[in-house]
Amino acid sequence: MSDNDVAPLETAFGVDHHVSRAEAPERPAQDGGPDMVQLLNPEGERVAHPEHDAVVDGLSDEELRGFYRDLVLIRRFDTEATALQRQGELGLWASLLGQEAAQVGSGRALRPQDYAFPTYREHGVAWCRGVDPVNLLGMFRGVNHGGWDPNEKNFHLYTIIIGAQTLHATGYAMGVQRDGNVGTGDEERDTAVIAYFGDGATSQGDVSEALVFAGVNNSPVVFFCQNNQWAISEPNEKQTRAPLWHRARGFGFPGIRVDGNDVLAVYAVTKAALDAARSGQGPTFIEAFTYRMGAHTTSDDPSKYRVSAEVEVWKHRDPIERFRRWLTTTGRADPDFFDAVDGESDELGASVRQRCLSMPDPGGTEMFDHVFAERHPVMERERAEFETYHASFEAAR
Amino acid sequence: MAATTLAKGITSGLRASMERDPKVVLLGEDIGKLGGVFRVTEGLQKDFGEDRVIDTPLAEAGILGTAIGMALRGYRPVVEIQFDGFVYPAFDHIVSQVAKLRARSLGYVTMPIVIRIPFGGGIGAVEHHSESNEAYFAHTAGLRVVVCSNAHDAHWMIQQAIETDDPVVFYEPKRRYWDKGEVGDGPDGPLGTARVLREGTDVTLLAYGPMVKTCLQAAQAAEEEGRSLEVVDLRSLSPLDDEAILESVQKTGRAVVVHEASTFLGMGAEISALVTERAFYHLEAPVLRVGGYNVPYPPSRLEEEFLPDLDRVLDGVDRSLAY
Repeated sequence: MSDNDVAPLETAFGVDHHVSRAEAPERPAQDGGPDMVQLLNPEGERVAHPEHDAVVDGLSDEELRGFYRDLVLIRRFDTEATALQRQGELGLWASLLGQEAAQVGSGRALRPQDYAFPTYREHGVAWCRGVDPVNLLGMFRGVNHGGWDPNEKNFHLYTIIIGAQTLHATGYAMGVQRDGNVGTGDEERDTAVIAYFGDGATSQGDVSEALVFAGVNNSPVVFFCQNNQWAISEPNEKQTRAPLWHRARGFGFPGIRVDGNDVLAVYAVTKAALDAARSGQGPTFIEAFTYRMGAHTTSDDPSKYRVSAEVEVWKHRDPIERFRRWLTTTGRADPDFFDAVDGESDELGASVRQRCLSMPDPGGTEMFDHVFAERHPVMERERAEFETYHASFEAAR
Repeated sequence: MAATTLAKGITSGLRASMERDPKVVLLGEDIGKLGGVFRVTEGLQKDFGEDRVIDTPLAEAGILGTAIGMALRGYRPVVEIQFDGFVYPAFDHIVSQVAKLRARSLGYVTMPIVIRIPFGGGIGAVEHHSESNEAYFAHTAGLRVVVCSNAHDAHWMIQQAIETDDPVVFYEPKRRYWDKGEVGDGPDGPLGTARVLREGTDVTLLAYGPMVKTCLQAAQAAEEEGRSLEVVDLRSLSPLDDEAILESVQKTGRAVVVHEASTFLGMGAEISALVTERAFYHLEAPVLRVGGYNVPYPPSRLEEEFLPDLDRVLDGVDRSLAY
């Protein structure tokens, strides 16, 4: 090798021997590469994986049908929310379309005492935690900025600042360590934390700092990156030159890429990472390789920046279709089951719509209510001014 | 209690809080074995362990971000920002998360975080080590901002800040760290209140942090010239103690606000508006400001020209009395 040769560089999308330092990779085939853990291929066929087979084989048919129900219901919820936005009932909606398996697989791997820190797109994780889905609509309807009790279901408020929640999750995990809730062997006590974020967030300094803090503290936190290939209009290659899951190594803990459209693989991989965290083995970085089938939000127009052929490729990898096929061919579910889930999903859609429309607007003085925990003279004075001002219109009638 | 330095007043206050509440944890750079670059946390890691006095990686956003997570888990983190000019990487977490989480959660979440910031100039430091950035945080709804000026307040106010369920930005006047004073048996009123440190009748000097001492010296000098200046230590910048400010200005009819921070949109601007709106007919002169110039903090060879000193305070008093 002469001094001028450049060693082959592994890019985010597989080894590309043509890449030199002078050339950026071209838009690659998004197949996840050979290192991606997959247990169910897009055709709905089970792929053997010695490390994870036992976990999946240990799931009961009822649990597996439960996964399917989750996938269908959250897609239905998401579709209804998008429709509500189109009809002016929500100001904005961030759809999870295409990412259902990544969210259900990871969400179902959590135990009640575990804690999840979402972005603003984790509707499927919220569903798995038992958060009332109507709560998720409040901020998009503009009646609050979240407003649920995070400690009720151990599901933190949606975080819009990209990547910030990875540090909150890490700090929470540091608290778990100080509570002595790691590595005791007690299944109901040992606690893990999971931080959700996207491919775009990996460029944020906060995420790198979270990986540093979690690494040096050996904290019980799983970094769950849904690589949906697009950060609004910017494709993966604008965010990273190396595969995202490779990053973990530099921070001193394991990284793994999983097929994010394969609910079984996501469940198995996340469960292993959470188990490791709870038992005191520290953090894991999971890159769930998936695709944002819809727009970034309802305000976005993906036709400006991506080709439909790419979307068609990913349609073939749909997380629900492949799982339904597998449940059917293995005799784990029958048409009656699928019909029942469809019926349930229609009921969910109708009830979400009705409850969204009946969500009350907040009263004007409520903006002063929760700024401070303790008495605050400015809040008291401004609330009084607000009330006096509005009362003056009543008096003038 | 014997006389102690302002820095050690904070140390003893932190120690008292940590002894009282096992959920109080300290996070910061070099706060463990070293005891912080100003030795404010000296001895605490030895006594309370590495789990409660946490030497963090060198990343301010990470410190604040993880402190938020620990607060969500039920801890009461006290964060040390090494120098005023280093807080900016953490700015996002302070204004977007710490300040807002309670409102965003409709009161379900509390953020009992204290952010300690040694601030201000006068120690001949290099760039980014002498700033007065309190107005950024005072402008942010959801934060309380307090400043101690002496050992007594340092000892008691840090404990009050830690006990408060709201987030508190706690400013420490770094050039007064080594000033000694008596620490009394209890705090002088609740957090959020000002204190009249010297009574007078002609002009009110409103100051906080390092400028309190300067103003007291100015008042002493003025007395020798037959002028009676009242010195109010604001102690709290958000909320301001409106009543204490107004009571003093209504008595003297004249007010000069003194701070190291640049005057443009500084605390003096807000106080001037407050007094003008609510004590207009008591005023004999417009509220005047004596503060830093509206330039980046200058190289240390120029800081004596930049910072208000006794003479500039008295010049402000002269201008006020000239009306």
